[in-house]
Amino acid sequence: MAKAYKMFVGGSFVRSESGRYVQVRGSPAESADPQVVNVPRGSRKDARDAVVAARAAADGWAARTAYNRGQILYRLAEVMESRAGELRASLVRAGVPTRDASREVDVAVDRAVYYAGFCDKFQALLASHNPVSGPHFGFSLVEPMGVVAVVAPARPALLGLVSAVLPVVAGGNVCVVVAGADDPRTAVLWCECLATSDVPGGVVNVLTGEAAEIAPHLAKHREVAALDAWSADRALLVALERDASGSVKRVRTHDETAASRIASDAGQGLGFIETFLETKTVWHPVGT
Amino acid sequence: MTTRESSLSRYGSSTRAAPVPIFYPARPPVDQVGVEERAASLAKRSLKKASKVAALRLAVRMMDLTTLEGKDTPGKVRALSRKAAAPLATDATLGFCAAICVYPNLVPVAKRALAGTTVKVASVATAFPSGQSPLDVKLADVRRAVELGADEIDMVIDRGAMLAGEYTRVFEEIAATKEACAGAHLKVILETGELGAYDVVRRASEIAIAAGADFIKTSTGKISPAATPAVTLVMLEAIRDTYVATGRRIGMKPAGGVRTAKQAIHYLVLVKETLGDAWLTPELFRFGASALLNDVLMQLEKERTGVYQAAEDFSKD
Repeated sequence: MAKAYKMFVGGSFVRSESGRYVQVRGSPAESADPQVVNVPRGSRKDARDAVVAARAAADGWAARTAYNRGQILYRLAEVMESRAGELRASLVRAGVPTRDASREVDVAVDRAVYYAGFCDKFQALLASHNPVSGPHFGFSLVEPMGVVAVVAPARPALLGLVSAVLPVVAGGNVCVVVAGADDPRTAVLWCECLATSDVPGGVVNVLTGEAAEIAPHLAKHREVAALDAWSADRALLVALERDASGSVKRVRTHDETAASRIASDAGQGLGFIETFLETKTVWHPVGT
Repeated sequence: MTTRESSLSRYGSSTRAAPVPIFYPARPPVDQVGVEERAASLAKRSLKKASKVAALRLAVRMMDLTTLEGKDTPGKVRALSRKAAAPLATDATLGFCAAICVYPNLVPVAKRALAGTTVKVASVATAFPSGQSPLDVKLADVRRAVELGADEIDMVIDRGAMLAGEYTRVFEEIAATKEACAGAHLKVILETGELGAYDVVRRASEIAIAAGADFIKTSTGKISPAATPAVTLVMLEAIRDTYVATGRRIGMKPAGGVRTAKQAIHYLVLVKETLGDAWLTPELFRFGASALLNDVLMQLEKERTGVYQAAEDFSKD
């Protein structure tokens, strides 16, 4: 049975409002699937709708306890592990050697567990009790920024997506993701993991299509608080930084070699969470 | 002529210059499927660029900015009044909202806040939102609201009486309210979400129009479903038939549930297609809304700047 690949917005699988598709070719070795499948080509308005869905989910996600966010991401890791075979087959279909595909799925599951564990721990590492000159406490606390746009790396298709998205949502943000164009089918499959774990609809929204078309609208969008751009296209990164300047958005770009390090320990860490947090400092008088 | 009908005619003719038939003869029942399909098909029209901007600017001028909550304070009403008088700081040419709609106790606050502007003050009355009080209490409510300075009165009909088939009572209450308004504009809220069927909505519209309503209005905003395109279309058709039969122009006000700019444009298309350009004016069409204004302003700013806007950049009412 031919599968209809759809984007994941607000917890539902949707076609592009534009009705457009891109054709994705499978590897020649593949026989069970059609050689060419249609994947939605997301548009400006899809990006707009995804931001609305994300914004609607933002307050609820941020208001959950950090512990609960950790439980939910751990559940996601469980679902990814139970679907490991499917994820592996999907990577192989897109041309990843079998051995590499197995390793990529294993690392992706580990990464989900890693960020699940970090959900209720990064606050203790990033917050501080500041020494101040006077009878006051000075606390600096971290808070999520809100809607974060993520341009996922093209490769590795699964691990790149997981490594870009999970630190953002572990920090209490919600995100609108433009999946890598090389293997959007695996991205859609990962969305099925999200949909069947307990991640609330709208917390992670994944658009497929061309980053160069969709991402500039996200960069300009005033509701989007920050942008994480893993694109290998230098010209696009420069354009995104310029577009983001209108709303003084926080932009993190990654150089071309970043994606190649993503499978190692350099591809995970507290820094990835910290980038998309705001620090709030409060003063409180001592003794009251 | 039965006693009931003659009673209706007597009241009907006493409140207007020319007598108007209360119940249109041989009107077929409202075609539910047809109405819903037509309302839905008119939602498919897509207005772009200059025409979209024109429609949204018109929608702002048609807005009855509303706050009807137990927790309303003078401060909130003053803030809302300021917003109604100057909705968008970046664009003074936008004009202002048609009215602000509040409870009677807050009418003087709104009146003072809007002094020197042409924004009207509308007050709900007649034991809003249920309408389940004795008539003399409801009329006193109306008179006090007018004394306090309301330019427009939004009354509720007695839905219990309507559903029990006591049409005369519904008619007489509206006619008496019209008299108590003493010149203030009367909008009659049918609360369509409680009437059940389009036929009842149509009949209630006809009764309200015959009894002297200047506007008919869908809902209080306290009941779901509130305004829907289909129910609005049924009411617009009652208005159209009245105009064809008598030349009298009745206004329409969908209220409650209209939250997005896209919905607002859909309603304007319904009006244009059912009643024509003559009704595309704040004198004959209003939106009863609160959240709608910010969404319309966001879309207008999007068209002006080319950038999607953030909700936090617009004042919360």
